[in-house]
Amino acid sequence: MLSKSQARAFFLGGTAVTFLIFIGLTVYSLSPKNDQTNHQNIDEKVVRGKEIWESNNCMGCHTILGEGAYYAPELTKVYERRGEGYIKSILTSPIPWGPKGRKMVAYKMNNADADAVIAYFKWIGEINLNGFDQVVSPLSKEK
Amino acid sequence: MKYKSQKVAYWFFALCMLLLVLQIVYGFIMGFARVGMDGLHDVIPFNTARAVHTNLLVVWLLTGFMGAAYYIIPEEAQQELVNVKLAYVQLISLAVVGVVAVVGYHFNYWEGRKFLEIPRELDFLVVVNVLLFLGLILATLWKGKRKTTTAIVLTMGLLFAALLYLPGMIWFDSQVTDAFFRWWVVHLWVEGVWELIMGGILSFLLIKLTGVDREVIEKWLYVIVGLTFLSGILGTGHHYYYIGVNKIWLVVGGIFSALEPLAFLAMALFAINMYRKGEKSHPNKLAIFWTIGAAIVSFIGAGVLGFAHTLPQTNLYTHGTLVTAMHGHLAFWGAYAMIVLAIISYAIPNLTGRKRHESTQGKLAFWLSNIGMIGMTTAFGVAGVAQVYMERKMKMEFMDVQNEISIHFVVLILCATLFATGIILYIYEFIKYGKPTDEALEAKLS
Ligand code: HEC
Ligand code: HEM
Ligand code: HEM
Ligand SMILES: [Fe+2]
Repeated sequence: MLSKSQARAFFLGGTAVTFLIFIGLTVYSLSPKNDQTNHQNIDEKVVRGKEIWESNNCMGCHTILGEGAYYAPELTKVYERRGEGYIKSILTSPIPWGPKGRKMVAYKMNNADADAVIAYFKWIGEINLNGFDQVVSPLSKEK
Repeated sequence: MKYKSQKVAYWFFALCMLLLVLQIVYGFIMGFARVGMDGLHDVIPFNTARAVHTNLLVVWLLTGFMGAAYYIIPEEAQQELVNVKLAYVQLISLAVVGVVAVVGYHFNYWEGRKFLEIPRELDFLVVVNVLLFLGLILATLWKGKRKTTTAIVLTMGLLFAALLYLPGMIWFDSQVTDAFFRWWVVHLWVEGVWELIMGGILSFLLIKLTGVDREVIEKWLYVIVGLTFLSGILGTGHHYYYIGVNKIWLVVGGIFSALEPLAFLAMALFAINMYRKGEKSHPNKLAIFWTIGAAIVSFIGAGVLGFAHTLPQTNLYTHGTLVTAMHGHLAFWGAYAMIVLAIISYAIPNLTGRKRHESTQGKLAFWLSNIGMIGMTTAFGVAGVAQVYMERKMKMEFMDVQNEISIHFVVLILCATLFATGIILYIYEFIKYGKPTDEALEAKLS
């Protein structure tokens, strides 16, 4: 039968080995040659868009890259699906957006902020998502 | 209770109860918003309710883990806590940071990163608080007469949980890298180091409740936490399938996360076997219910329902849908909420000296909350599967699908009412026990 010290060795050994592999894979998948995100396209506007996205917790209603809340539409492909003008009118709207009955917060953004969020959506929409991009947005699937 | 300083645990548990009630209130706010009753939208929009709901969950569980540590470590180390006053300081500062964060969420003061919404300025206060807590626990363990495996595993879990909080504090320009490291906190917590905490508490409870030899129990504890890390670390890959990183994670994450249920299965079999093996029949039946219950329900919620969407072929369709919410509820409930309620059920009679071991309310609390939670999980699950099918197979629009499935949220609210009734009964019992007393010191129940 297994002894306590063998059990401990299994714990320590297994942890050390898988942890090292995990670090190795992290370095591998984040290295520039394996980039799938068009990292070079992240400019000031996109970064500003991400800041606005975070500081308003849009993820508390929406998902992006499939992460977030399940209350409001998934936004990974929203740029392609709805286009710039449509998104801009939502973000600058003085009253809560909600044609289908469920309300968004009215952010009343200025033009510059709305443009930054749109740039952020555009960058997100171009990421290679290993096939999820084909599934996630009903309309973009048509193409 | 064997050591006077264990009393501090009571106040951590009391804070737990308070935060749990608030968490449920915000759960109801979201439930009602989802069936169109969003009258609170201007004051508490959905994203505020959600951030409060999930953060209170994490904070009350951590408070419970800390209370558990303050109860367990003195008894395992055979040593009074090194400084009781500082433990109270730690409790109060924890409560203050928690309240500031939750109030802030109502005024757009947060960072919209799921589960890590606490703004970075407050993160530093959290770090100081946790360092104080760890200092007290480590010093007590260090000075103690014994260093048991149970105590070491529990402490290791708490220490690693603190370390893993740090990658979540770094800013990234890229949403993809941000998500990547967010999982180092969220996944490596719930499918890694928190399982050490759960395992430590479970092992302590089984030693006390079943009377099975410590050596046997602690040997299996090592096997369980070994399985946890062996599968769970590389299992992080199941969150990397579709967020814009290399395809290698589909293979690595798929294989290793599919093995993760083994640790939970081992935990369930372990608890049941030790219970069968034990000759001692401990009078605290409620603690036994919650302990064995945690081991079994965590296997269903985390193991079975986790496995249900962890293969890349399935996750391609279920990623970011209500299927995830189904799994999230039962997993958190079974593994972490129930183990905290188990240690509270075990500790309270010993702390207060009152033995209401078989009260009807106590049993009803157990059954109502569990049946309610299983009902809620089912409601989320049915809604989730319907959503996946309509939205991702039939290409219907998001909001049209939501309107189709809103009936399942009526069911959710009904089951949540059952669940909440159970929790209210549990808290009623908690209050009935009264406060901890020094007289309880003699009542050596062990
Ligand atoms: C309180 C929840 C909530 C919050 C917070 C929220 N939204 Fe929304 N949002 C919604 C809902 C609900 C809809 C869909 C309304 C409808 O179609 O009836 C929506 C729709 C959208 C759409 C259009 C999606 C489509 O496919 O039609 C965009 C773009 C959007 N939101 C962006 C944002 C951004 C950016 C933020 C943060 C600054 C944000 N939302 C915060 C609830 C929210
Ligand atoms: C007690 C342990 C566990 C808890 C508390 C838990 C909780 C959660 C939560 C809250 C989420 C949503 C996270 C987010 O989107 O931010 C999640 C996602 C997920 N969990 Fe777990 N989980 C546990 C164990 C497991 C196990 C053992 C497996 C696999 C066998 C698993 C598989 C998954 C998968 C695949 C997702 C991603 C879902 C998606 O793509 O949207 N979980 N889990
Ligand atoms: C009255 C009881 C409750 C109700 C009505 C409720 C309802 C909800 C709702 C509506 C959501 C948001 C889902 C979405 O984004 O659309 C949610 C999220 C969540 N709740 Fe609850 N909840 C309750 C109790 C609990 C309890 C007791 C726990 C833990 C044990 C819990 C854990 C969670 C978690 C982890 C999430 C995030 C899930 C994810 O992102 O996948 N909830 N809850
Ligand atoms: Fe995970």
